[in-house]
Parts: sequence; C-alpha cells; structure tokens
Amino acid sequence: MTDVLNPRDAKEVEDAVRWALGNDKALELAGQGTKRGIGRPSQTDATLDLSGLTGVTLYEPAELVLSARAGTPLREIEKLLDDNNQQLAFEPMDYGPLFGLDAGLGTLGGAIASNLSGPRRIKQGAARDHFLGVSAVTGRGETIKSGGRVVKNVTGYDMCKVLAGSWGTLAAITDITLKVLPKPETEATVVVEGLDDATACAAMAAAMGSSCDVSGAAHLPDHVASYFDGLPKPEAATVLRLEGVAPSVRHRQEALLALLRPFGPVALLEAKDSTALWRSIREVRPFTTELARGRPLWRISTAPGQGHAVAARITPAAQMFYDWAGGLIWAAMPFADEPDAGSIRGALADLGGHATLVRAPAAVRAAADVFEPETAGLRALNKRVKDGFDPKGVLNPGRMWAGV
Amino acid sequence: MSVRMPPADAAVLARRDRIVATLRAIVPGEGVIAGEREMRPFESDALTAYRQLPMVVVLPETTQQVSEVLAYCHAEGIKVVPRGAGTSLSGGALPLEDGVLLGMAKFSRIREIDFENRIAVVEPGVTNLAVSNAVASEGFYYAPDPSSQIACTIGGNVAENSGGVHCLKYGMTTNNLLGCEIVLMNGEVLRIGGKHLDAAGYDLLGLITGSEGLLGVVTEVTVRLLKKPETARAVLVGFPSSEAAGECVSAIIAAGIIPGGMEMMDRPAIHAVEEFVHAGYPLDVEALLIVELDGPAAEVDHLIERVESIARDCGSTTCRVSQSETERLLFWAGRKAAFPAVGRISPDYLCMDGTIPRAKLPEVLAAMKAMSEKFGLRVANVFHAGDGNLHPLILYDANVPGELDRAESFGADILKLCVAVGGVLTGEHGVGVEKRDLMPEMFSEIDLAAQQRVKCAFDEKGLLNPGKVFPVLHRCAELGRMHISGGKVPFPDIPRF
Repeated sequence: MTDVLNPRDAKEVEDAVRWALGNDKALELAGQGTKRGIGRPSQTDATLDLSGLTGVTLYEPAELVLSARAGTPLREIEKLLDDNNQQLAFEPMDYGPLFGLDAGLGTLGGAIASNLSGPRRIKQGAARDHFLGVSAVTGRGETIKSGGRVVKNVTGYDMCKVLAGSWGTLAAITDITLKVLPKPETEATVVVEGLDDATACAAMAAAMGSSCDVSGAAHLPDHVASYFDGLPKPEAATVLRLEGVAPSVRHRQEALLALLRPFGPVALLEAKDSTALWRSIREVRPFTTELARGRPLWRISTAPGQGHAVAARITPAAQMFYDWAGGLIWAAMPFADEPDAGSIRGALADLGGHATLVRAPAAVRAAADVFEPETAGLRALNKRVKDGFDPKGVLNPGRMWAGV
Repeated sequence: MSVRMPPADAAVLARRDRIVATLRAIVPGEGVIAGEREMRPFESDALTAYRQLPMVVVLPETTQQVSEVLAYCHAEGIKVVPRGAGTSLSGGALPLEDGVLLGMAKFSRIREIDFENRIAVVEPGVTNLAVSNAVASEGFYYAPDPSSQIACTIGGNVAENSGGVHCLKYGMTTNNLLGCEIVLMNGEVLRIGGKHLDAAGYDLLGLITGSEGLLGVVTEVTVRLLKKPETARAVLVGFPSSEAAGECVSAIIAAGIIPGGMEMMDRPAIHAVEEFVHAGYPLDVEALLIVELDGPAAEVDHLIERVESIARDCGSTTCRVSQSETERLLFWAGRKAAFPAVGRISPDYLCMDGTIPRAKLPEVLAAMKAMSEKFGLRVANVFHAGDGNLHPLILYDANVPGELDRAESFGADILKLCVAVGGVLTGEHGVGVEKRDLMPEMFSEIDLAAQQRVKCAFDEKGLLNPGKVFPVLHRCAELGRMHISGGKVPFPDIPRF
C-alpha cells in the first residue's frame, strides 16, 4: 500500500476512481478505517480516503430528514440529532472497540456501507431501512444518484438498498440522505434473572408476541453478564426494553412483568440503568476487552426461535450472547486461529441464517469465508451485479467474496 | 392508447400457435388462455386508460411451471409480463401484443404461519388482507395496508413496494419482508433470505422490492408479522386552509409524535367522499386531517390530548375523537373510499402519486389549483400527510375528445412540479408505463444506465416486462461497455487533491 487519495469533494472522488480505472489500480475505500479489519484481506494499490467529505448539508427535524456527506463522523450526526430530540432509530453499533479503537470514530458512510444496526433492529430496522437517498461514484467512475429526501419513493430501482451493506464493493458513496425519528421520551427495561438459553429464547418470544412493543430483547448468559452495565447482579439476564411516552412505558412494563414472571424472578431497570445496559449491548461489550480481542468473533443471524439451537451446536468453550430476541448471536471462539467455521455454517445450513466472521487474524480471514458463502446461483447473480457497477474491480475487490 | 410500447416481434407472433401449444404442455388444463374473449379481462390493470390484449395468458400453479415457462420464453426470445391481481395504477401489468401475460393468481396458498418467529410464508397470489386475516385470531397482522388491500396481492406489493396509510410508523413493503423465492427470466430459481433478519450478501431482496416485475417472478414471500396494538383511536380535524392543516402535521411530528396514520383531504375530496360514505366529515372546511394514534390505551389517550392541543394551536375549526371502534373505522371508510367516491362524480379520473417534502404542500396545492384552471379539469386531493405522498385525482371524461390527453398533460405537470420542489415521481404506485417517460425529470442518463445494468444482471435479454419504468431500452452489451479511449480511461496521473 503506497498511496492515499484524499478527495475533498464528490468530483474529486470521481477523479480518483477514474485514475484507478485508467491505471489498472485497485482502491481500498475507507472512512476512519474502524472496520478495516472486517472482510477478506484484499490486495489494493491505494486507499481512497473519504473522511475528508464532511458536513451535514440538510437537516429538517419536522420533515424527519437529514443529509450529510459520507465522511461525516456518526458521532457528530448523533449529537446534532440528540440536540433536537431525535435519533438514528436503527441504533448503529460501533465496530471500532472490537478492534481496540476508541468508540465513536466511525463515519456515516461506513455505517451505510456495512448496513449497521443495533438492538432496535427488531423494531426499527437497519441502516438500509432509513437510507432514503444517495449520491455515489461507481467503479465506472460515474456519479449516480438514487432515491431522494422523501420517505415514500418507488421511482426506479431502490439502489440505496443494494449499496447498503455492500462494503464499498459497488460504489464510493459521497452523499447520504437519511430518515431520522424522534427520540423516545423515556425507557425502562424488564429483566428476567437466571434463565438458561432455551428458556430465555421462549421468554423473549413471549414478549415479542405481546402487544408490549418491545424495542430491544437480549439474553446475556451467566458467563458474560458481568461485562454489561446497569444489571442488578452479574448473573444470567434476559432483558427487554420498552421505550415511549412515560404513561405508555409504565403501562407496558406492568404488563410485561406480569407476562414474564412465570419464567423466573423479574426486576425492573429505570431509564438511566436501561440506557447504560443497552449501550453496552449495542457495543458488544464482552468482546472488546484486550483479552477477548484475541478471539475470533462471529455475528450470526438466524430465526429467533432457532437461536439457542444454533448456539448449542457451537463449542461450549465459546463465549456468546443473544440480541434480537435470540435472532442475533455474537460468538467469540476460544482459539485465535480456529474460527470453527465448519460447525457454525453447518448449524446454519440445517437451521437457517447466515454468519459473518467479523474478527479474525488476516491469515484466517484469507482462508475462511468471512461472509456467508452463497449458493451457486446467488453467487453468480451477485457477481453480475458487481460487474454492472464495477466491471474492472477497482473498488474493494475481493473484500466480500473472492473474485467479486 | 397513447403510450409507445416496444415494437411487436413479428417472428414471435408468427409462431403463436406453436408457442401456445408448448405452453399448454408446461401448464396443462385451463392454465393457458388463448381465446380473444377469454383474454379480455387481462387487457389492462387498474390504469384502464391503457389496454392491450396479450399474445397469450398463462396461469401457472407451481414454481416448477413458472421456471419452465420462463426458461422456454428465454430460449425463444419471447417477452413476459407478470401480473398479480391487476390493481396497479401505473400500468405495470399492461400486456404486450407479442408477450406472455404470466398471471400469478393461482399462487394463493399461505404456506406457513410461524408465530414463534412472527412470520408468514405466503405465495404471491395471496391478497394483502388475507395475510392479516389469517393471523388475526392470534392478534397479529401484516403492517403494509394499501387501500386496495382487499384485492391486491402480496406479489404485486413486492413488485411495487406498496405502502398504505400506516407506513410512516410501520414502513413500506420493503421494511416488512424477510425473504423470497424468485424465478429469473432464464428459469433459474433462487431463494433469498428466510426467517432471519438481513439476508446474507448484497441486499437483492431490497432491489427486487419495488422493481415492478422487471427483475424476476416472485413465487414465495416471507413477511414479518406484528402484534396488533392494544387500541387505536382516530382524530378528525378540520382546518380553514390547507396551509393550517400542513402546519399541524409538521407540529405533530416536531412534537415527537409519530402517528399510526395521518391523512389529509382537500375540499373537493371531502365533499365527494361525504356524499358517498356519510362518514360525518365536516363540509365547511378546506382541509381535513385524520390522525390515528395506536398503542396501549394509556399512550393513546395521552397522545390524543397532545394532538388536540396542537391542532387548536394551528387553528383547527372542528375536532372529533373516535369514541368507538365503529366510529374509528367510519372515519377511515371515508378516506379509503376516496377513489371510488371520486369515480362517482366523474366518468373517469387519473390518480397521480408524487411525493413532496411536506413543507412544500401549500406551494404545490396552489400551483395545482392554477393548473386545474389552465387545463379546464377538476382535481381532488387525498394526501398521506405524514410522509408527503400526494394523490391528486384528475377528473376527466374519456368520451370527450382530447380530455384524456389534457388530463395526462395535467398529471405530468403535477409530477414535474413534485420533482422540482425536491420530491419524486411516485411514492407507491410505481413508474409503470404511466410515468416512464418522465423518468429523465429525476434521473440523468448515467443514473438510468446504472439502473438498467441492475436489470441486465437479472435479465440480460431484457425480456421481462420491457417497456415499463425505463423510457429508452438499451441492450445489455451496450450498457456493459466502458467508455475508454485508446485502451485507457483518460486520467493518467495520480490525483493530488
């Protein structure tokens, strides 16, 4: 890696991609580089550093819309929204601390390119669900725009969707328009103590199947519980978050406490502890310590009802916890160079879902499938989509799959 | 019909008998319809201004049949137009003279309901309402609720990314899907996603949703189910001006309230609806808002008080809160019957579907009034106020020479205005044939080429629903070419910024 290109505006991003095209160079796309360790290690000739494209260009709280350049720090956007009693409802998690970086460094472009989400995914969706409009430079060196600044829009294909979560392999995103939402007035968390994984998943299913409008549902098993903030005691905790106006939260917490009492001892976290708890869940806190960072980390998405069955197929030496009512498993494997992809992917082949090897040494990521391997038909289709955007493979080649 | 479609392929038409016979071998029995009279019901969708008999209608019942039909048509270079219930308002299912119309109505089974995972697996011909009805006994429902939900199918909802009156809070179709089975034009069957969140790899499901039947034929859909809110109540608020009503909408959202639904009607729409449905709408107001709050009773009561107070501050002249479920449904009955109500006061109408930034509403309504005078045609407005989606209904009489053309010009001017103020051509009805030629108002040639390359990735021969969405068709080979001079893109030096 020799060169770093630092464009200051969208036009210069186009120039940079055209330079790469004209000289058969491959570009690594980066914002602040907080997710650099994720994906297959790929050979690139230069870094296209998009962190110079900053600034909120439009924010109309009453219209629930915000536009910003891709390199704008997420922290800055979240602060601005917070000042206006609004938020990014998809609750983007922060990969940085999983790689030993400070929290809060990531950019908006990175959040979109990796389709970030957080505990509220089960109620409010992921980044993709709030991504209204885009301007981006494709691997053809052409600037395209899609979407707009309005929520309801079916004009042309929804290119925002395919760019969200494409890890910079299709286009260099320069400008982003998002739907933003009001911040809930208050929150509380109902805790059920001491459940095993299977019972916890059943308890979460009961809560999700109620009209309590749960906005976060996680199970924190005994062996990792002490890493989370706000819990009454460092023991297995099944936690369910309620958000909204105060009278509503009060009503729903009573209903939820009554519903979950048959599963085990219950407790209630008031707003302050609840906020702290969910921040630590969102940040995947147990796996950010220096010791834990030596462990390969999986992010597994499955049907919530299958969560504990998938987990049961993973070595008991792994550390794990569940988010998304059991549908998201974070699993840290015991040995640095052995992610045990076989047992995880085998479990998912039987039970449904997909897994991403979020963290592992480069040599391991080069040898294993970091992203879920696709069926032959989907693999070919993804390759054709990639070729449409980036026929010469100048943008993050091979980061998601070899040859794409 | 004033819309230009791709020229019919004479060689295909000449082989019609053999094509019909081959299709009958794939879909036996009554699944292939070739008689002119029997094909007549398929000649248009709900955009009845455009009509065309297809070459043949095929109604497959299994994924295998869909796959074989498409593979055959792919090999033979025969165009295919997919169709759900035919409720499209943009001509998305308008047949082609030399094309197979692939009706998916027989895919009408609900394959699985899984309350533990809160999903349903349904075939595309299941109606939107049937999904909610099938899970209602356990208190669940499927959130997107387009006004045509009694008739429209889930397959069509996927094709158009349908919304409905509750989508500000609960999202459009794209926010409520988890997976699908799709057959590509070459007959290949792919499964995307499942019961888990976020399919692996590129978000192909997100691309397919709203692709208007141009990328593939969906044969199974996995949708998310939600638990019904404990209660819902609606507030009916009248205003002396649409500006005041628009201000009230903004003030409600600025107060941090996201209502389950928030609809606006203008005076002509209110009058047409009240005459038809007798919903008790006030007739002495310029604009009417229906604001629905849902959730636990404690929340709904609390928020209704706040909405009433905001409405008063914005100068509302009437305000009624629904006192029973019957009354709430009556409030909505009026709104949901707006299109047929307008149909009673005019022989024909065109329903437009632009979306605008909400703050531009007064400007757009004023301009529309002026256009109405200019074109000599009446217009009634219903408006998904929460998300800025306008449905101007342009009233005309197809039997009066020139009125359809005037109505179309009026509609085009409205949509151009929507784009000019920062909005879009279509919020939920799709581009279809109706808005196809307006696409350059919103997109550059480069933008459209990038979208067509997506099409090429799914359907490289361009046989699936051609003539819809894109104003100019390009061959995929031409789109794939890089514009390179002398073997290189002209940009020799490393850029230093």
